[in-house]
Amino acid sequence: MTTTTEPMAAWRAAHAARGGNGAASGWLDRVRDVAWRRFEEMGFPTSDLEEWRFTPVHAIASTVFATSRTEPDDVAAERFEAASFGLGGARIALVDGRFSARHSRLSGLPAGARAGSLRSLVAEDPETAAHWVAQLVRHENHPFAALNAALWEDGACLILPRGALVEAPIEIVHLASGAGTVAAHPRTLIVAGEGAQARIVETFAGPEGAVYLTNAVTEVALAPGAVIDHVRVQMESTAAYHTASLGARLERGATFASHSVTFGAAITRNDVSAILDGEGAECTLNGAYLADGERLVDNHTAIDHARAHCASHELYKGILSGRGRGVFNGKVYVRPDAQKTDAKQTNQTLLLSEEAQIQTKPQLEIFADDVKCTHGATVGQLDRDAMFYLRSRGIPADEARALLIHSFAADVLDRIPIEALRERLDEMLLERLPR
Amino acid sequence: MLVIRNLHASVDGNEILRGVDLTVKAGEVHAIMGPNGSGKSTLARVIAGHEDYEVTGGSIEYDGRDLLEMSIEERACEGIFMAFQYPVEIPGVRNSYFLKAALNAIRKHRGQPEVDAIEFLQLVRRRMKELDIDDSMFNRPVNEGFSGGEKKRNEIFHMAVLEPRLAVLDETDSGLDIDALKIVANGVNALRGPERAFVVVTHYQRLLNYIVPDFVHVLQDGRIVKSGGKELALELEEKGYGWIEDEARSLVGA
Repeated sequence: MTTTTEPMAAWRAAHAARGGNGAASGWLDRVRDVAWRRFEEMGFPTSDLEEWRFTPVHAIASTVFATSRTEPDDVAAERFEAASFGLGGARIALVDGRFSARHSRLSGLPAGARAGSLRSLVAEDPETAAHWVAQLVRHENHPFAALNAALWEDGACLILPRGALVEAPIEIVHLASGAGTVAAHPRTLIVAGEGAQARIVETFAGPEGAVYLTNAVTEVALAPGAVIDHVRVQMESTAAYHTASLGARLERGATFASHSVTFGAAITRNDVSAILDGEGAECTLNGAYLADGERLVDNHTAIDHARAHCASHELYKGILSGRGRGVFNGKVYVRPDAQKTDAKQTNQTLLLSEEAQIQTKPQLEIFADDVKCTHGATVGQLDRDAMFYLRSRGIPADEARALLIHSFAADVLDRIPIEALRERLDEMLLERLPR
Repeated sequence: MLVIRNLHASVDGNEILRGVDLTVKAGEVHAIMGPNGSGKSTLARVIAGHEDYEVTGGSIEYDGRDLLEMSIEERACEGIFMAFQYPVEIPGVRNSYFLKAALNAIRKHRGQPEVDAIEFLQLVRRRMKELDIDDSMFNRPVNEGFSGGEKKRNEIFHMAVLEPRLAVLDETDSGLDIDALKIVANGVNALRGPERAFVVVTHYQRLLNYIVPDFVHVLQDGRIVKSGGKELALELEEKGYGWIEDEARSLVGA
């Protein structure tokens, strides 16, 4: 065991340790090699790149991250309970990007469904794995996604057969051990067969104060008529780094909603992309985030209207305080054939301090003529009149402030279709608000 | 209960109140009338503690205490209520939630236990009926999508539930049709009593047909230039504000 002190050398060592998944997964070695070479060519992004202009990642690039040596099953059960929402459904549990059988609950799923470790899928059903893995999140131009494709060890896998209706929300819980400065590259694959329906809650959590990197990828494939709600709760340590890419592909008449709630991490970069690849598909991308202290939260979204008669709705809301920084970039492409597209994008930011900053940029590229596309961005402070109104009825100033901030975020949180989760997120937001 | 002495107040450096004197005792209803821009609403907002207004001189005593030293919420908890001329819309906060939070903040201040959801409902039901507040108005976000009349009714509804000792109504009659005006006036009259005082700020005499004041004061250019009984309001209705202006001018000239 040698000690490396140079960050790139550590990444190279991690890459060398990957691969060798056996003859059945030669395809995976190829994916890893291509992605690794691409990552080496690109390196970590700098602010010269338009996509990373306001999101410096040198803190990540200059850190030597180790590979986790924590045995997932050895982690205390209470830590998983604390990071779960107890929604009554199945749970796929991971520690530092590796599956834990002991902490997962995989019963109660419809016949023919597969839930569990992505690595097991590669071993047991390589054909399915090769068909889906690394197809929906593009990594040619995204260093972190490329790094994940090269280095992922394991992740969550959920495959729902045609017509499967999953009543109780399924939880995918990514826990960081916090043992050492570890980088994890969890990868989630969700495949919904024709008409399948499920609500999935993917949570990222780690011990407060710990420094680590979670570099996640989630891929979601929706067959015709599938309905998936995906809620992402990021409550990492506020000293950790979190980079994540979610890619969804919607076929005819499919409905996908992504609800992204960001509370944690020193640096967060979320990329969410969706391709509406069949007529009548409908996609919702919502997000709420809190950037306080010195934290940076960057949400990049991209919606590709590839077919006619599709709709997309997007609402992102940021609450910035202290020296918190927010970045929002919303791309909407409407391809020439995508007539009757209905796309709406809204980005609103609440600034609670003079030093907080937001960079917001809508980017609409429309190549069809019979479409309805709107976008709007607002940045504001707490409404003074509303503060006076609440206080003049006896409500203390700090409570009035919390109430108004809460009401600002409410229309994002209210759209999360799981009541118990919504209530918990509400409480979490209030607990984290600056006093 | 309320003693205002030589009150001067300005907003953005413009002096609006230029020496107001007013004494209100428990059980009394005072009407403050005056033309637009005379400082009526400023007086109401200064009493409530609006931070945009700077008090540059004079004093306000409330129950013997220096009101100007008290925070906005402390004034409310001590029994001062202002019905807003333009009630604020707050999307995302239910009217019922707001009112319960306000009631509990006031109760907490008084050392009383907070009310739970069921007690609260029992408490508000009667007031809802009196002021024609339906469940939808009660449960919707505060003032959002309310008509002008609904907003004003909702203000009086809040007042009725919070039971203040001193209520300041800032142009509560503006924009009300006659039916809504009667509902609002009945709500106010139901609360009149020996322990409670009202300051009714209005441009028109109309409201005072229904809420009969003990005293009427005319505010002009930031000062009270004339005070009288309820008949003064009728006189103003008949002659307008001009004659008082002339009278004031001739007094100064004399």
